[in-house]
Amino acid sequence: MCVNFAVATDHLSLIYFEINMANYPSNQFKNGLKVMIEGDPCSMVDVEFVKPGKGQAFTRVKLKNLITGRTWERTFKSNETAEGADVMDTDMEYLYCDGEMWHFMDPQSYEQVAADKTAIGDAHLWLKEQDKCLVTLWNNNPISITPPNFVELEVVETDPGLKGDTAQGGSKPAKLQSGAVVRVPLFIEQGDILKIDTRSGDYVSRA
Amino acid sequence: MSELWRATAPIENLQRRASILAQIRAFFAERQVMEVETPLMTAAAVSDPYIDTIECRYHPLPGQQEQTRYLQSSPEYAMKRLLASGSGAIYQICKAFRNGECGRRHNPEFTMLEWYRPGFDHHQLMDEVEALVGPLIGLGDFKRISYADLFRQYIQIDLQSVKVSELVAIARQHIEVQMEDDNRDNWLNLLMSHVIEPQLADQGAVFVYDYPASQAALARTELDAEGHLVACRFELFIGGVELANGYFELTDSREQAQRFQQDILQRQTEGLPVRPTDSLLVAALQSGLPDCAGVAIGLDRLVMLALGTGNISDVIALPFERA
Repeated sequence: MCVNFAVATDHLSLIYFEINMANYPSNQFKNGLKVMIEGDPCSMVDVEFVKPGKGQAFTRVKLKNLITGRTWERTFKSNETAEGADVMDTDMEYLYCDGEMWHFMDPQSYEQVAADKTAIGDAHLWLKEQDKCLVTLWNNNPISITPPNFVELEVVETDPGLKGDTAQGGSKPAKLQSGAVVRVPLFIEQGDILKIDTRSGDYVSRA
Repeated sequence: MSELWRATAPIENLQRRASILAQIRAFFAERQVMEVETPLMTAAAVSDPYIDTIECRYHPLPGQQEQTRYLQSSPEYAMKRLLASGSGAIYQICKAFRNGECGRRHNPEFTMLEWYRPGFDHHQLMDEVEALVGPLIGLGDFKRISYADLFRQYIQIDLQSVKVSELVAIARQHIEVQMEDDNRDNWLNLLMSHVIEPQLADQGAVFVYDYPASQAALARTELDAEGHLVACRFELFIGGVELANGYFELTDSREQAQRFQQDILQRQTEGLPVRPTDSLLVAALQSGLPDCAGVAIGLDRLVMLALGTGNISDVIALPFERA
């Protein structure tokens, strides 16, 4: 149970103590629920009720470990519970990288968080200052960063473009301002701004 | 979720459902199987330990003299009483109710098609199930495999010699589950639902027959070709979905009373609710149930398969969350 105690202080303000996270019985599992499994926060990706006509009921869950990214299946008995995880997805603005940590800011509260290499994963390839990212916080610490599906990044290095050759096809590597290298059509030139699909890492078009 | 009033099933699906119901009724009319109705609200409940009956309350006077009744989880007991009363071949399309069974393929209130054939054994009844279901879902070539062969083929287990501890070890290789249990059938069911059923997904229609005697439920038992005691029970899986469950029915009233007793014991051991068992069924068997085979089909799932959907809410107009 999630129990909030409200205590009135002299200043007439309220202080909330959250005692513990909710414990979810398996019949309340659903996609997107965040729970603690063996000490790690996990997200339920797929939840299926399994009940043979004459057998016991189970809930079969596909889980994603939010720290390691591993997905796997686990089966829960009908009387099992899972402890909720204090995991929150927040829209934040990317500020800068100091060489070790990547810094993000909540545009509403101006609160800042710093993500380490593990949390940032491959997302650093697509980060541009002031872009909005989805930052997943566990106990208020960033554990993963999801860049926008599409980002616009400048080409900082590529072989010279072949003018008037747009129909012929073919591709070449281009280095973007974020450091990522993507395959682009031959007509792309240094200084072009490109639209990239961050989910596949593919070039989409010139922006 | 702003439109909770609206039917989840597209109207064209409901039209297909209505047409399937009409085809089923025509099928049985042609074969002179009589449609019957039996009570939904009964004085006794099913004994199967893992089926939890929904209770309701009857009051002869408003708010007074309360009596507990049970929403039937299957019309089996009542239909057998009709057979013992001399009905001949009968079928029923009715609602059945089960606590807690809610998911992609489950609705706590669902539709059951159940029928009984005096003079048939379970193999003849499998033929008839195939004749009904095949054309409805456009599938031929129903395979048949014994439970023992199924386990031999799909998880390389010899059911006769395997120990519970070995079953547990094999299950743990495939399934991550916090389960401490020395009930052999629970592990077999787990392997069936988690390891074998998914492998049946691309096998079309598969009848599994000759269940372990310990999973006989209301089927009679007999010796198979190898001399092992098996239950004359079958299930039909289509595309890995459990669709039908049938028996060459137990007619021995004493054996029936004993099985009720075993189920009560198991319920007590596992801390499950114990409810009154059906003494009228035992009395009917005592008076004489004709040799017959019977089968139950989840009608919603049949429509799902006919329509090619994996979601029961696509074929039930107003599922549980919107009931």
